[in-house]
Amino acid sequence: MKTPGRLLKWVKRGRTAVIAVPFLWLLIFFAVPFLVVLKISFSEMGTVSVNDVLTFKDGAMQLTLHGTSYAFITQDDLYFKTYFSSVRYAAVTTVWCLLIGYPFAYFMARAKPTIQPTLLMLVMLPFWTSFLLRVYAWKGLLGENGWVSDVLIALHLDSALLALGVIPALGKFMNSPLSLTVGMVYTYLPFMILPLYSNLSKMDLRLLEAAADLGAKPLVAFWKITVPMSKAGIIAGSMLVFIPCVGEYVIPEILGGPETLMIGRVLSDEFFSNNDWPMASTVAVVMVLLIIVPLAIFNRYQAQAQEKAR
Amino acid sequence: MSAATPRLAIGQHFGKGWLAAGYLFLYLPIISLVIYSFNDSQIPNIWAGFTFKWYGKLANDNEILSGLWLSLKIAVCSATGAVVLGTLAAFALVKYRRFKGRTLFSGMVSAPLVMPDVVIGISLLLMLVSIQRAFGSPERGMLTIWLGHVLTGMAYATVVVQARLQDLNPQLEEAAMDLGARPAQVFRLVTLPMITQALMSAWLLTFTISLDDVVLAAFLSGPGSTTMPLVIFSRARLGLNPTVNAVATVIITIVAIGTIIASILIARAEKERAKAIAQAQRDG
Repeated sequence: MKTPGRLLKWVKRGRTAVIAVPFLWLLIFFAVPFLVVLKISFSEMGTVSVNDVLTFKDGAMQLTLHGTSYAFITQDDLYFKTYFSSVRYAAVTTVWCLLIGYPFAYFMARAKPTIQPTLLMLVMLPFWTSFLLRVYAWKGLLGENGWVSDVLIALHLDSALLALGVIPALGKFMNSPLSLTVGMVYTYLPFMILPLYSNLSKMDLRLLEAAADLGAKPLVAFWKITVPMSKAGIIAGSMLVFIPCVGEYVIPEILGGPETLMIGRVLSDEFFSNNDWPMASTVAVVMVLLIIVPLAIFNRYQAQAQEKAR
Repeated sequence: MSAATPRLAIGQHFGKGWLAAGYLFLYLPIISLVIYSFNDSQIPNIWAGFTFKWYGKLANDNEILSGLWLSLKIAVCSATGAVVLGTLAAFALVKYRRFKGRTLFSGMVSAPLVMPDVVIGISLLLMLVSIQRAFGSPERGMLTIWLGHVLTGMAYATVVVQARLQDLNPQLEEAAMDLGARPAQVFRLVTLPMITQALMSAWLLTFTISLDDVVLAAFLSGPGSTTMPLVIFSRARLGLNPTVNAVATVIITIVAIGTIIASILIARAEKERAKAIAQAQRDG
């Protein structure tokens, strides 16, 4: 036991305070809440409220773990489908962001140096306006008589989209897999462009000159030099798009439809509509596990890259 | 060479076209929001003439206005809290290489960046509910939303401040200490002026994140504490609504003016700095 005087002295040391204040804050408001979720995920829904995992009986504490929610999640087809569909939407969004964003970042990085800051600012500017409102705007653009839906119909692209199964009927684009994907690609495109741009703009262009001098055609040089050298940017951008997309809640709620299953939506439904806290907690725990895997791979890759850099 | 020139020209046009299409994609929704905020028709996407009536409606829309006021209060408080905590965390990570639980600490600092908002929301809410059951408080409301926003904002603030601190020359602080300044003085007189810009951008970033947040607010708000994004979200879910367009246009205008002023100020500061450096070199 420390005496109060010593405790005070210990706290007064600047170093301790600098570390302890944010550390305690995070423990209390980040770690503990997550443990609470973990605890509730192992409990069972009683008649009115959640039956606690820890109970006092005959003066002793008893721990009863219920795997009911976990058993349910593995047995019920809906959850598996939802997780699969969330990951698929996130993957599709990442691929589209890469297809649109890579050339975009590339041409930005090769533009005249004088206009590059302006181009960069124009990518970041939409960030400062509400994300919610920008997503909402797509409701208008893809709705009946919307600008984008008019263009798609005029180009007869809706029959192709219908054949792909991403829209429910000819001329109807809202509340479909298409509208959800467009909304997600739109929202997360800057997260792909920015790391790619910062990577590509640092590239040593003399390498390309050397390749050209040695007889490589521009396209070959692009595939053999530019793309491999921007690998770190591609991975960083893909992670920044993929991870938040898996847990996305707002975009499916506004632009998604009955068929677009997303795990973030299921979680909030379990919680707010069904009032099933153990189930909602279980969904949350499994979602975190789902995200940790790609993150661990990413971290390992980054650690390796840093090792190499040394 | 003559064969290569046209191909290069095609490449350049292709590049410009791609950039133009990309920017059109990024800005089309914003443009449509602004245009339809002046549409004199309740029916979406049918242009029926120019009007300001939605702005008049907005000025009398108490739900949105009180939501905006609440959102601004929360954003200012949570940005301030997040920058203070984020700066402390950044100092701990940059200056103190070794302490007990450093790995856990750095993990927890950056975890909110990748954790889905729904997970952070539900875990904070379930903990707050447990506390509330045991002690009778806190009620869900402004304070609980603030908590959630400080938690996520802190992660971003730490990243921004940490990046700046890593770039600092430690010799400046060491020199101050050698000259007899106490740690608090070193921080106030040497470190703080050098990281002011990072602190300001961290504050602005966390302010915007807080002002924009729907998910955490949906979990952590209570009756009577509906933030503006929550109001917009509940209306946007139901369908298109011209007053929402009017709100969007007001926000876009403020952001555009703010950005222009900021870029003018930055350009002026750069110019003055360049002048000062040139002056110093001439004097030297």
